[in-house]
Amino acid sequence: MALIRLLLPVLLLSLLAVGTVHAGAVEVREFDDPVMEQRYRSLTASMRCPTCENQAINDSDAPVSGDMRDRIYLLLQEGVSDIEIRDHMVQRFGDYVLYNPRLEGRTFLLWGLPAGLVVFAAILVVLIVRSRRNASASALSAEERRRLQALINRERTE
Amino acid sequence: MKRRLLLLLPLIGFLALSLFLYQGLSLNPFHRESALMARDFPAFDLATLESPERRVDRSLFTSGELTLVNVWGEWCPECKREMPQLLDLAHRHEIRMIGISWKDTREKGLGFLEEFGNPFEVNIFDPDNELGFELGVFGAPETFLVDGGGVIRYHHTGYISPGEVREKILPEVQKWR
Repeated sequence: MALIRLLLPVLLLSLLAVGTVHAGAVEVREFDDPVMEQRYRSLTASMRCPTCENQAINDSDAPVSGDMRDRIYLLLQEGVSDIEIRDHMVQRFGDYVLYNPRLEGRTFLLWGLPAGLVVFAAILVVLIVRSRRNASASALSAEERRRLQALINRERTE
Repeated sequence: MKRRLLLLLPLIGFLALSLFLYQGLSLNPFHRESALMARDFPAFDLATLESPERRVDRSLFTSGELTLVNVWGEWCPECKREMPQLLDLAHRHEIRMIGISWKDTREKGLGFLEEFGNPFEVNIFDPDNELGFELGVFGAPETFLVDGGGVIRYHHTGYISPGEVREKILPEVQKWR
């Protein structure tokens, strides 16, 4: 416990240091158009740095992330659409760079499985409820009625 | 009894899915396949490292000969470690090699070749990551195998060990030659 108390400030300080390094690594860009700035922000936040461990390119100081930000900025200035910019990056760096994989043959299971499971579960619930309802609604046969009557009579006489 | 066993189905399904996804945890994302696999080597127009006046383009890769393209930089320690393997591939196995001097200065690039040897027929000088970006290079060294028609057939990220030369590079060369 004492050790933790001793180490905690050091750990917190080192976290702070890491944070400042990253804040300093990503360049500031000027935009005339606030819409374009917003697009730049969302594009750079939605792409994964190809070489770091799970970091968006807007937050990574890897050289390749810097080059990708440059390219996105350039393409935005040229009037290229968001979809085309994403395709531009996927063509070069692969599906890996998209945090949200696109819907295609290969990713069908990924996107389809949750919806498929919900539909499957709904069908299952409907089937179970129906079979239960049918079971309780079905009338007793003559034989069962006789047995029931016998049981009730036995209960009464005892 | 049979109906009871049916109740186990969701659990079995869940376990199968977990097992499938669990395998994904141990995959190394660094070894993912290049997006350029089976695609044409991208177009470019750059000077060579050896001579600023000589410009080279895509026709370098459509001569009909299989080529191993290595992306390297003087600042990259693994590139130095892999040079003996590349020299071996060029000289003993007679594979045509082309280098891409990546994110480097001309002076340092030439110094590197002098110190560690030059297995390359020619080196494309790409200080500003023009060609590297088109190739989706995210770190040196990276190696591409380009067939005689200029189509990328194999991609290796990172250092090539002597074992990987035997087990990965040479079989691929055999396959596409």
